[in-house]
Amino acid sequence: MASIPVQAEPRATVEHEAPASRHRIGPVILAVEHVSLRFGGVKAISDVSFEVREHEVLAIIGPNGAGKSSMLNVINGVYQPQQGTIRFRDRTFDLMTPHRAASMGIARTFQNLALFKGMTVVDNILTGRNLRMKAGILAQALRIGPAEREEIRHREAVERIIDFLEIQAHRKTPVGRLPYGLQKRVDLGRALASEPDVLLLDEPMAGMNVEEKQDMCRFVLDVNEQYGTTIVLIEHDMSVVMDISDRVVVLDYGRKIGDGTPDEVRHDKAVIDAYLGTTH
Amino acid sequence: MFFRENGQFKSTYRADMQLLPIVQDRWFMLGVIALAFLAVPFVATDYLFLSIINPFLILTLAAIGLNLLVGYCGQISIGHAAFMAWGAYAAYNLVQRVPMLNFLVVLVLAGLIAALVGMFFGIPSLRIKGLYLAVATLAAQFFTDWIFARVKWFTNYAHSGSVSTAPVTLFDWTLDTPRDKYLFLLGVLIVFTLIAKNLTRGHLGRAWMATRDMDVAAEVIGIRPVYAKLTAFGVSSFYCGVAGALWGFLQLGSWEPLAFDLNLSFSLLFMIIIGGMGSILGSYLGAAFIVVLPIALNQIPRKIGVPLSTAMAANVEFMIFGSLIVLFLVLEPHGLARLWAIGKEKLRLWPFPH
Repeated sequence: MASIPVQAEPRATVEHEAPASRHRIGPVILAVEHVSLRFGGVKAISDVSFEVREHEVLAIIGPNGAGKSSMLNVINGVYQPQQGTIRFRDRTFDLMTPHRAASMGIARTFQNLALFKGMTVVDNILTGRNLRMKAGILAQALRIGPAEREEIRHREAVERIIDFLEIQAHRKTPVGRLPYGLQKRVDLGRALASEPDVLLLDEPMAGMNVEEKQDMCRFVLDVNEQYGTTIVLIEHDMSVVMDISDRVVVLDYGRKIGDGTPDEVRHDKAVIDAYLGTTH
Repeated sequence: MFFRENGQFKSTYRADMQLLPIVQDRWFMLGVIALAFLAVPFVATDYLFLSIINPFLILTLAAIGLNLLVGYCGQISIGHAAFMAWGAYAAYNLVQRVPMLNFLVVLVLAGLIAALVGMFFGIPSLRIKGLYLAVATLAAQFFTDWIFARVKWFTNYAHSGSVSTAPVTLFDWTLDTPRDKYLFLLGVLIVFTLIAKNLTRGHLGRAWMATRDMDVAAEVIGIRPVYAKLTAFGVSSFYCGVAGALWGFLQLGSWEPLAFDLNLSFSLLFMIIIGGMGSILGSYLGAAFIVVLPIALNQIPRKIGVPLSTAMAANVEFMIFGSLIVLFLVLEPHGLARLWAIGKEKLRLWPFPH
């Protein structure tokens, strides 16, 4: 388990020892093997395999409709692929369910914000810790000792995440009232609250201005560096992808057409063709 | 007065997470409860207890129950009077067949039986939502109406099909005057309000609200939809079962299955819509609105001397009642509780603009 509870002042520490604190990239933690996914007659993903190594930042890129979001949905069990398996650590799953993925330590954020709009920022992030909260229904109803202590313990963990993401001023605001950039942070906070080993980010920087993107990049890298959380992200902004990722997987029309370091991918003929088009 | 939070700094999470974090709110609430226990019993008349206050307390309890399901978990039900019926008939049978049980135990058992039935009829919610679920819960209503009218065992083979109860005795306290009933109902309602508050701010409540707001995201975060939805149906039906037992024993005294028909289900739904979905306070306000308004509409013309025939008065009552509901929904779709919240927020800053 990556030891989350996030430190209070992550940025300062990072600037001093950024290269040293970097976790070494480890063995394969998550592998997607020959996955195919169809919706009726539409092939969203066909026979895609790739591996994610522990502590790395892996970017999945590709044109619109390439199957990137579907890929994430397959990994954490929202979609069940017709073929293929997901291997997480040493276990292979034909059928992944969202609950199983979450309890094994795979968290994710969403492309078009899927926050709980009626709930406050604190409550939203607290839901990320629901899996760890064990108080029974009677104990909660009467809010007797253990139930209350449990709430307080998890609230402390959530406050550390709030500090880390610098959203202290908004903790009691219903998220529906927050501006878009802050909602994206809350989404990240909710995923972090579950102390994941693997964090799937679906376009964390979509629709942001340059400053907000820089902030978000910082948060993503900080999470990766301090807790060794493995990160799989989908992103359209190529400069961001090239800067922060260790490896890049390129999808096009549901097939994998590239896999390698940012530099390799940048010069790959198939990838350039997919992005710029080919002359026929 | 309006800068109430000033100077109240929380230094522990426990202090920040308590039910009413602001000192003045706590005193206000204590004052209201003291007033309800000490002043109201001596001021109100029997008529007031029987036709307004006691029904208000019981229906509030049922409305809280429905609100936990519809307002907090986002699962619609238009068959909740059925679960009140299960509570009422379960209590009746328990009192008839196991006479030595304390009424408090009977209430809890009646609630548990209603909860089981509620969870059973909540199973469709795992696959369907919205209007389709509404239709499925309607089945609970019709099935319940049918079973209590046809299966004589439930009514202890009463010839007329209606059942009647003796006054409730609690230890040595016989609840036979409206005032006694009021005090008992008030106590029950306060306990159940606290429980509802605690549930909704615990992790179960967050699971419900997460399911309501964005079910896919809730699932991805590790909340089991089966667990969230069925517990919501269970707790909600438990509340309605207890309310049904109280309605039968302390309000009606004797009743037939029609006492818990579709109209009552709709009334409960109106209460939480008008009062405010996802708000315990809203359940109180909505129940007060629905209980008091018809009586007020009936009484006011007579009081101010407008001569109306009884039939005319009844029709006007319906018309005004209906139009008020529509008006309310148009002006404030989030109900009376939201009006209250907006007022409070404005008063925090008043008279300054920001």
